[in-house]
Amino acid sequence: MESLLVLVPLAAAMGSFLAPGRGIASWGFLTSLAIPALAAGTAMDVYQHGARRISLGGWAEPLGIHLHMDGLSVIFLIMTALVGALISIYSAFFFKRDTARHFWPLWLLMWAALNSLFMVSDIFNAYVVLELVTICAAALAVLSGKTESLQAGLRYLMVAMAGSLAFLLGVGFLYAETGMLDMFMLSWELQGGPVAAAAFGLMTTGLVMKSALLPFHFWLPPAHGEAPAPVSALLSALVIKGSFFLLLRLWVGVFEPAGITSHAAYVLGCLGVLAVLWGSYQALIQPRLKLIIAYSSVAQVGYLFLMFPLLCTVPEAPWAEKAWAGGTYQAISHGLAKAALFLAAGNLILSTGTDRIHYMKNIASRLPMTTFTLGLAGISLMGLPPSGGFVAKWMFMQAILESGQWWWAVAPVLGGLLTAGYVFRILGYAFLLAEKEPRMLPVPFVLEKIPLILALCSILIGFRAEEIIFLLQEHMLWAIEVEGDS
Amino acid sequence: MHGFYIYAITAILLFCLGLWGLAFHRNLLRKIVALNVMAGGVFLFFISIANPDQSGEVDPVPQAMVLTGIVVAISLTAFALCLARRIHEKTGQNELDTSCSIEDGDG
Repeated sequence: MESLLVLVPLAAAMGSFLAPGRGIASWGFLTSLAIPALAAGTAMDVYQHGARRISLGGWAEPLGIHLHMDGLSVIFLIMTALVGALISIYSAFFFKRDTARHFWPLWLLMWAALNSLFMVSDIFNAYVVLELVTICAAALAVLSGKTESLQAGLRYLMVAMAGSLAFLLGVGFLYAETGMLDMFMLSWELQGGPVAAAAFGLMTTGLVMKSALLPFHFWLPPAHGEAPAPVSALLSALVIKGSFFLLLRLWVGVFEPAGITSHAAYVLGCLGVLAVLWGSYQALIQPRLKLIIAYSSVAQVGYLFLMFPLLCTVPEAPWAEKAWAGGTYQAISHGLAKAALFLAAGNLILSTGTDRIHYMKNIASRLPMTTFTLGLAGISLMGLPPSGGFVAKWMFMQAILESGQWWWAVAPVLGGLLTAGYVFRILGYAFLLAEKEPRMLPVPFVLEKIPLILALCSILIGFRAEEIIFLLQEHMLWAIEVEGDS
Repeated sequence: MHGFYIYAITAILLFCLGLWGLAFHRNLLRKIVALNVMAGGVFLFFISIANPDQSGEVDPVPQAMVLTGIVVAISLTAFALCLARRIHEKTGQNELDTSCSIEDGDG
């Protein structure tokens, strides 16, 4: 069943590539029906029986390729399935036929690559699927063919390629040191030392470049801001999470047991705090709606990196569980809320014909549903109860206070205030009355409802904390002894 | 053992050279070539660790990884060249616009 999570979108990608007829969107529909069901099945399985791994083709440990499923991977799989399915339905109504011909194969291929990234168990295959995600994401970012988006896409591609090459060199270092590639064997074998430290530095830098943490965030706002709305939603909600997931898995699984993470963890934490403040500030002063949302992604990615100083500095920390829950909740609720925001922004642009928030006056009375969506998603980003963003910040605050590293609290507190600032800035214009009524086009029914569903989900996951925390407990991660064969 | 160090150190130098080129050249074609120099460095490193002690036995795994890596690098290079050509057709420039027009865009 787990291999179907990769096979189904891959087959649908091929299908939509070879048969780009009138019904091309039906490939996307079929996939968005199948994947959430498969992901839910996998999640139930892991929830009941613990982590498991599958050897593809029956090849055993050092040579074969494995799919590894534990609590962390099913959480990301479910998030991807939910966001991906809803964005697929939105896209089916959003894209005209000539763009759809290019959109569907790329997006479905990227879905397959993301799903296999969340189940990857060796570092070389991690590199390969990461590259698949990158190339699809860059191609999607230039979908509109405008000059700005071409430049943004090429800049993204080059940064991402440099990041992957650094990662690949790190893979080489690890292989030279230990002679193995499997993450879960590495987690036992790897000792500290200069070669391991060099590998650690290279892989971390590469993945940080791809996750758009502060000094490497420059490619993100133009790339996400210039893409069509569903693509921006996919890039912000899912693609960044892919490289972050890999970083988290490598740090906690491979490098932390080898004892080389503690200093670097503080560096990542500081960069995270700076990203929160800088990204939120930039979001406050942007004149264009999609750039506000894109800079907000820079800030929200910063929160994720608070996990590292909380998880990787003190071995067996008693607050680790809360830090896990905080980071994972932040990843999921940001994924849902940001997808909702970008799709709602797409509706506004569709309706008003412009991206500048000065012209978006009086939308509250014209598009009440879209305004409501913006508000709901904003609540989750700000971290007001009972949203998913609130659980994330609450768990982070608890972990921060328990650990005594109080200075990290700057990010959740100030970041929340700044977030409120830019969310209310958008909403403020929405409620202003325009002097002369601007011409507005109606937005189709489905396009209004999909972002609303996403925003509601980002609020509602705040109520399901118990299951997610259970999935993240120690015995659900890294449990290799439960070995399944397919 | 000597041979291994020569190859490995050359590989790292190539990687750094490529990184330098990527960061400091403005011409897009040069940037793409610089990325390929980086990739060449990485691949050379993989080849050098396949046979570190110059014995008869060669580890096939790094070589298989290099093959995969080359395929990935070629497809990414092709895509980047394609984008660079489109940018040249549209703007007549071979450089990325650093003062990015995202501030103003259309009115």
